[in-house]
Amino acid sequence: MNSGDAAGSSSGGSGDAGAPRRASRKPKYSKFTQQELPACKPILTPKWVISVFLLVGVIFVPIGVASLLASNKVVEIVDRYDDACVPSNVTNKLAYIQNSTISKTCRRTLKVPKDMKQPIFVYYQLNNFYQNHRRYVKSRNDQQLRDASKANETTLCDPEKTRDGMAIVPCGLIAWSTFNDTYTFQHNTNNLSIDKTDISWKSDRDHKFGSDVFPKNFQKGPLIGGKTLNESIPLSEQEDLIVWMRTAALPTFRKLYGRIYVDLKENDTITVTLDNNYNTYSFDGKKSLVLSTSTWLGGKNDFLGLAYLTVGGLCFFLAFAFTLLYLIKPRKLGDNNYLSWNRNSAGH
Amino acid sequence: TKYSAVTFIPKSLFEQFRRVANIYFLVVACLSYTPIAPFRGATAVGPLVLVLLVTMVKEAIEDWRRKQQDIEVNNRKTKVFQDGAFRHTKWTKLRVGDVVKVEKDEFFPADLVLLSSSYDDAICYVETMNLDGETNLKLKQSLDVTSRLQDDDSFRGFGAVIRCEDPNANLYSFVGNIEIEEQQQQYPLSPQQLLLRDSKLRNTEYVYGVVVFTGHDTKVMQNATSAPSKRSKIEKKMDGAIYVLMSILVLISVIGSVVFGLATKHDLVDGRMKRWYLRPDNPDNIYDPNNPAVSAALHFFTAMILYGYFIPISLYVSIELVKLLQALFINSDIHMYHEESDTPAHARTSNLNEELGQVYTILTDKTGTLTCNSMEFIKCSIAGTAYGRGITEVEKAMAKRNGSPVISDFELGVEDFHQSEGRSAIKGFNFRDERVMDGNWVHQQHSGVIEMFFRLLAICHTCIPEVDEVTGKISYEAESPDEAAFVVAAHELGFTFYQRTQAGVYLHELDPSSGEQVDRFYKVLHVLEFSSARRRMSVIVKDEEGKTFIFSKGADSIMYERLSNSESTYSEATQKHINDYADAGLRTLVLAYRQLEEIEYAKFERKFTAAKNSVSADRDELIDEAADLIERDLILLGATAVEDKLQKGVPDCIDKLAKAGIKIWVLTGDKMETAINIGYACSLLRQGMKQITITLDTPDIIALEKGGDKGAINKASKVSVVQQINEGKKLINASGNESFALIIDGKSLTYALKDDTKAAFLDLAIACGSVICCRSSPKQKALVTRLVKTGTGKVTLAIGDGANDVGMIQEADIGVGISGAEGMQAVMASDVSIAQFRFLERLLLVHGHWCYSRISSMVCYFLYKNITFGVTLFLYESLSTFSGQTLYNDWSMSLYNVLFTSLPVIAMGVFDQDVSARFCLKYPMLYQEGPQNLLFRWSRLLGWMLHGVGSAVIIFFLTIASLKHQAFRKDGEVIDLSILGATAYTCVVWAVNMQMAITVNYFTLIQHICIWSGIFLWYVLSLYLATTTKINQTNSLTIFLTKLTIPLFLLPCRYLFLIIYGAITPSFSTTFFMVFSEALGGAPAYWVVTLLVAVAALIPYFTLAVVKTWFFPDYHNKIQWLQHAAKHADPEEELGVVLRQFSVRSTGVGVSARRDAKLVRTNSKVIHADSSSQSQATVELT
Repeated sequence: MNSGDAAGSSSGGSGDAGAPRRASRKPKYSKFTQQELPACKPILTPKWVISVFLLVGVIFVPIGVASLLASNKVVEIVDRYDDACVPSNVTNKLAYIQNSTISKTCRRTLKVPKDMKQPIFVYYQLNNFYQNHRRYVKSRNDQQLRDASKANETTLCDPEKTRDGMAIVPCGLIAWSTFNDTYTFQHNTNNLSIDKTDISWKSDRDHKFGSDVFPKNFQKGPLIGGKTLNESIPLSEQEDLIVWMRTAALPTFRKLYGRIYVDLKENDTITVTLDNNYNTYSFDGKKSLVLSTSTWLGGKNDFLGLAYLTVGGLCFFLAFAFTLLYLIKPRKLGDNNYLSWNRNSAGH
Repeated sequence: TKYSAVTFIPKSLFEQFRRVANIYFLVVACLSYTPIAPFRGATAVGPLVLVLLVTMVKEAIEDWRRKQQDIEVNNRKTKVFQDGAFRHTKWTKLRVGDVVKVEKDEFFPADLVLLSSSYDDAICYVETMNLDGETNLKLKQSLDVTSRLQDDDSFRGFGAVIRCEDPNANLYSFVGNIEIEEQQQQYPLSPQQLLLRDSKLRNTEYVYGVVVFTGHDTKVMQNATSAPSKRSKIEKKMDGAIYVLMSILVLISVIGSVVFGLATKHDLVDGRMKRWYLRPDNPDNIYDPNNPAVSAALHFFTAMILYGYFIPISLYVSIELVKLLQALFINSDIHMYHEESDTPAHARTSNLNEELGQVYTILTDKTGTLTCNSMEFIKCSIAGTAYGRGITEVEKAMAKRNGSPVISDFELGVEDFHQSEGRSAIKGFNFRDERVMDGNWVHQQHSGVIEMFFRLLAICHTCIPEVDEVTGKISYEAESPDEAAFVVAAHELGFTFYQRTQAGVYLHELDPSSGEQVDRFYKVLHVLEFSSARRRMSVIVKDEEGKTFIFSKGADSIMYERLSNSESTYSEATQKHINDYADAGLRTLVLAYRQLEEIEYAKFERKFTAAKNSVSADRDELIDEAADLIERDLILLGATAVEDKLQKGVPDCIDKLAKAGIKIWVLTGDKMETAINIGYACSLLRQGMKQITITLDTPDIIALEKGGDKGAINKASKVSVVQQINEGKKLINASGNESFALIIDGKSLTYALKDDTKAAFLDLAIACGSVICCRSSPKQKALVTRLVKTGTGKVTLAIGDGANDVGMIQEADIGVGISGAEGMQAVMASDVSIAQFRFLERLLLVHGHWCYSRISSMVCYFLYKNITFGVTLFLYESLSTFSGQTLYNDWSMSLYNVLFTSLPVIAMGVFDQDVSARFCLKYPMLYQEGPQNLLFRWSRLLGWMLHGVGSAVIIFFLTIASLKHQAFRKDGEVIDLSILGATAYTCVVWAVNMQMAITVNYFTLIQHICIWSGIFLWYVLSLYLATTTKINQTNSLTIFLTKLTIPLFLLPCRYLFLIIYGAITPSFSTTFFMVFSEALGGAPAYWVVTLLVAVAALIPYFTLAVVKTWFFPDYHNKIQWLQHAAKHADPEEELGVVLRQFSVRSTGVGVSARRDAKLVRTNSKVIHADSSSQSQATVELT
């Protein structure tokens, strides 16, 4: 335009003539600054949508089948014993379980429904037990558990901190309430040995529970919660405690009790002698003993397989439905009747 | 500067905590150190500190930049008179009353009163570029009494008292007087003596001045009011969404507290413990079965903290960051760079980016905005004869509009070109007429009048000539381009103005009698300056023969009132010419003069001087009154016509904007005719469009005005305006599909904007396709803008280039300044500045739309991801009797927002493009998504929120149902809290990031990196950290931070975290220790669950999205389809059809609308363009 012309009233001439022209402020061109980077712009075209659904279906259904098969391969024996192990003449179960003078040994007979290959995992299962209650989860002191020199470190351990002014090791509600039912197994009159080593996570044993930390003042109060610990065994070897201290996420949970390295045959009977010590009666919780094998996917749970099959099936259905829709009512490219503002502004 | 080193921290923190969300997070952080917190304190403080730090660093950098400027300014040195000599002193040390010496090309350190200069007549030239952006030099002159003080020594023993007004922001007024001690007499001071800080001394060796205002009292600083801070509509709505979330938060906290209270109460009934393992017999406040109400109340706070994840802590800072980057992209857009003026676009306030995508009304200035404000002298009418053969753009456009080819113009143009090749390069001059050029005017009939006419052009102005010493060429510094055009024209026509002194002007003239060039001197007695109120300027001069003349030029309406009644031989002819010129889109001025009698002049002189010397408030009025006295009974010489050229690409741009459904209002100070013609030229008006004209130039009103009864005029005017508005409305209601244009003049606007009529006026204006307000003052412009803004509730954009547009630019939701010729004031007040009007198209249609769609997607996504996360927490609570236990590890929770999910969303906010730039421009209709707010309506926001809830439910229940109490590994281990938490967390992060991958429209490498690399790294790092073991626990936090920051800076990592964090000492990571490397990594169940959950959580959205784009597509979806189709076939043919189907809209404005309208009127033969055919089309309602 005219600004290029030198003559006339432009002031540019006088001032800038001598001065060096300053650098151009022109933006640098690059694909980045111009927002022209190569990109893929996925659009939901019929082809793409249908193939995505098909692909998900094709992947999911086999996984579902495999999961379901795995789950079905697991043999699981669940025996609830909290009611059965209280003598029938006892009306106040709570008083019964709290009475430490009575022997609470109880005998259960389990029938193996199917062949069980070793290792067979022994769990106890508690129900309606809120190990995930915040007051409970918080009530421990990791430093004390790990480090012998920090034995007096009991912050957060309320209300199981000290006994007669002495720090409790391990302190806190979790340790105090460690599960204390015990099981012994007999398989056709032979004693079945339970391997109770390595039932906890290795990292817990190595890093969280000190091998030089020994229980002190534990379960010495008037109210005894659960298991008493042998004061001569370091915490890192008290595996029941370590297992228990990994708090469960949900109110129904299992914890590993031990392993049996014996194959069991279908219709074998197993006799369990158990000490029914743990109080679940006051909060209406159930106690069960679980024997289970495992597969690559872990224990018995059909849900995962079913969920996979459902989602896979849903995707197949959607793929089919969208194919149909596409065939019956193809998209009209140039139809702009949907545009709401055309309708709105039709007046003028 | 805003901050100093000491005040920075408290002040910027205070700024930060003005945001409700930040206060909330601060309270949370404080509470999290009390036992009621569900997680450790540091985890709540960390993210807050990070967010605050980022914002504060941003503030600090901005402030530091300002500070650098300040320091530089304050440490500049100037010479101050001290102890009898001038010494260098820093600017900061200047005090009022100091006498300073400023040398050539120096800036004035403060507002000074000019005492004397290196010139004998004590004039000096200043450049005011920093003040108003005008590059022309302004002439300042000191009072005669002080002009003798020409060397350093003369200030010894000099004393004077200056009395002046208080500091104020008015750059162009200064009232005061100076009393010299020796003389005991007062002399008035005027702006003519005031040298403003930040302007520069030019063409003068040195000046002496007295400091009158320093620092913040200076006029330029007084003007530097910070522009009103504007918040975008999206941000306001976003706050609304945050409040919704807050209420949900309170609601679920209450629910949780109630359930928790009940559960706690039941734990101890009559001394019987229920959940004995919680020791209800040994309670504390937080868990007290005896006092469940207190526990519930405390739990409420716990829950408020816990569910704080509903509130996206990083939303504000992310949005700020994103907008900053968006603004950088706007600044660096090469398509908005103007080569000629070397100006790129500049987004000055980045927080309005997305508002650019929602503009409903554009209010535009005309001069300098639509037109390029370079004036060309093109025609004139002298003594009733019209001269000048040039054809204007508007005439061409008009001819084109009427369908007649402009043959004559073409031929004439070619011929002209050859003839005038030598001087065609003269800026501001496009006048071709052999009758008066090259001295031929002496042979014309009214050569005396012509001579006077040219002389007036050469004298009556305030330009300053600059003679190039080498070439002898003269260039002019003028206050306005019209003036320059006049002087250039005079020069070309033989009346060369070559020197101005304090006393008068020097001219080379062509003497008609001798036919020779003679030099003449005219003593300038007074200059009665131009003002927008006076709309005229006059110069009183005495020629060499001692005759006194007044030369006046001004707007026709003003000047005609002031002509002598006796002289009217060619006033009618001139008036006709003026109308013709106005029709052709030209700016006209009427020129007149009168010879003054000595007595009359003396009388005026007295009165005028008295007025000038008064310090009272009505001084300006007095001056006007005096001027009024002498500017009458003038003798008409003729009229000039100057073309105001349209900027490049304006009609196309307006067409596009109109197609985008944006309403365009033109607010101009110009005459109605000029405005209408510009309207035609840029397609805002067209034939067949019904024009509703509201004006007060009706005979009744004029008659009343002559009567002079102000009350009656007001009343009648108002009645008339209301009546015209109502009639216009009726007309619109009566008609069907016709489009209307509303044209209203400034006088009527005064009444239309009154409180009781403005609603009706707005209704009418909205119903019209285009609106032109002419003769409007800056104030009216601002008022109209406010009316549109508040009346429609939609986003308004004001664009302008001059100081007169500042009001409307600040008033509008978005102000755009044209960084063009007229000055910097508009730019300084604006939010975005561009070099040319046509860039508005790209700014709005491309950047505006992108920013809008990005920000709205971003906010939606933020809500979604936080709700997803928060709801999983809530659902887990329900399984732990709302005890406040968190599902996830505390650090991983707090880093969710700031680390694991922030980068992809920022990448989306910066880079996403729903439609490419080319298609944005091709289908301007797309823009309507913004003004109609389709992408940020409540239904979409709530939809995303619901989607978040749905995803959370799916994620949570699938996870816990899959990983119940059974073993999850082959080795028989069972799930515990940390493992379930880590799995669910993985699922959430997967789902949320996959959701991002679906949402993004535009996958560049950056998006890929942000989304995918993180997922990969999460696993890699898990393994790396397994090797780290024991570290001293006391400084584990610092170690953690250093460990975390190193990979943080290297890579956008989320998953890194799992591993790093898992491996850091158990005391720090507590429940997270080695979870991944030991427990999860080797468990197929973990991977299988992750896959299931991530996919399942996305299926609902994906399905809905498919249904939506297939059957209920938004506009951008359709264009994406087109874009997609365009890649595969060669669809130009098909696209053309589609384009038209999409684009044609019934705004009835723009080139295409005109074309379409023409297609409809196939049978109506349009006749040659002249004013009569136009007025036929015009529906005159008056």
